[in-house]
Amino acid sequence: MSKLVGTETVKRGMAQMQKGGVIMDVVNAEQAKVAEAAGAVAVMALERVPSDIRAAGGVARMADPRIIEEVMNAVTIPVMAKARIGHIVEARVLEAMGVDYLDESEVLTPADEEYHILKSDFTVPFVCGCRDLGEAARRIGEGASMLRTKGEPGTGNIVEAVRHMRKVQAQIRKITVMSDDELMTEAKNLGAPFEILREIKKAGKLPVVNFAAGGIATPADAALMMELGSDGVFVGSGIFKSENPEKFASAIVQATTYYTDYDLIGRLSKELGSAMKGIDISKLSLEERMQERGW
Amino acid sequence: MLTIGVLSLQGAVAEHFLQIERLGARAIEIKQPEQLTDIDGLIIPGGESTTMRKLMDRYGFIGPLKKFANENKPIFGTCAGMVLLAKKLSGSEEAHLGLIDITVTRNAFGRQRDSFETTLNMHGLVQTIPAVFIRAPIIEEAGEEVEVLASHEQSIVAARQGNVLVCSFHPELTEDTQILGIFIEMIKDAQKIA
Repeated sequence: MSKLVGTETVKRGMAQMQKGGVIMDVVNAEQAKVAEAAGAVAVMALERVPSDIRAAGGVARMADPRIIEEVMNAVTIPVMAKARIGHIVEARVLEAMGVDYLDESEVLTPADEEYHILKSDFTVPFVCGCRDLGEAARRIGEGASMLRTKGEPGTGNIVEAVRHMRKVQAQIRKITVMSDDELMTEAKNLGAPFEILREIKKAGKLPVVNFAAGGIATPADAALMMELGSDGVFVGSGIFKSENPEKFASAIVQATTYYTDYDLIGRLSKELGSAMKGIDISKLSLEERMQERGW
Repeated sequence: MLTIGVLSLQGAVAEHFLQIERLGARAIEIKQPEQLTDIDGLIIPGGESTTMRKLMDRYGFIGPLKKFANENKPIFGTCAGMVLLAKKLSGSEEAHLGLIDITVTRNAFGRQRDSFETTLNMHGLVQTIPAVFIRAPIIEEAGEEVEVLASHEQSIVAARQGNVLVCSFHPELTEDTQILGIFIEMIKDAQKIA
């Protein structure tokens, strides 16, 4: 009996097992353990969380492999890590290290402003950001096994993640009622691969899991994204930039599972201490907006 | 019509729903322990066992789930569900529900890059089944009362003891509903006895 690794089912299936969960950014083993104890479904090992990347400026690259290894040794839940957009070698290095999921991420400074990584070439699955259905379909076309909204990372401001999730959902609804002869023009307008669009039209949904990311700062934010149809949430700077990370992390996990239990979310939100401060998106110049990275 | 609950704290819930409905049963999400009285059988899906355990503790599921099993109601655990149902876990980890006499090793095949799909022969089924293993656990040891249903490269990957059915892999990620068919027969048999 043959044994196949790195198949589409295996790569997409890994993301399906993360549904309804929270993936947390961590910068060391200690934070990874806090995240695991709070009920995170996975951790994203980074050198800096997005808000610190934003503050530090300069070129943001793949994390130091020592940090990633330290995190992998500290927890039994899956460990994800970020490679720069188009940086094939960073991705191969992370794959060789045994990282469970790669994020080809706009949070890091892109290595290639024209091409994304051909993710179907890899055994390790990838998650990628998207702002609309065209971008989602292009990433699926390249072999992404999981999607997330781009949002606006490191801002603690949910508005862009909401915009991107609503946009993708609305565009899916739109194509499901289109006639077949309208679909090619829509593919052209969206810049989306026709075959993938046809698959989405037929199924009425994306063929991969779609999480929310980029600006989730409170339990209510996480619940909002679930209510809007997210399959789960990534929380970056929100947890370890808050006053009480343990409590905060646990509250976000619970709010994600019980996202329509508003009494509970109210109780969870009490006495959490202040959330990260946050940034008004309109105060960011176009160059400062990470979501503009990639295409 | 049979009603099958899927523990919906986290994980591949919708995939089990599709399979349950395809076999003509009703599927409901179980998010509170009180809901266990409404169902004929329970599926604990794939996902992250550590996450599910945290939520099971916080929302008081452990006692009611043991009671559910003791009332001879069938439970089916896939992957993380199998980890949660096992009597023992290898290493220093403490077991969770302890409802089937097996010792389970988590992430037994390695990390995600070692996840794979294959086909298996399963005891009691004529046709082979497609099996998707994702960071999968294996059954290191099975007690005398446990019936071994399938193995992969000498490791036990599916088993049954009384009203508890477990497998290391994810039938819910395939089109094949044969294992769910076994579980539905278990529910029907349990109802005949009751």
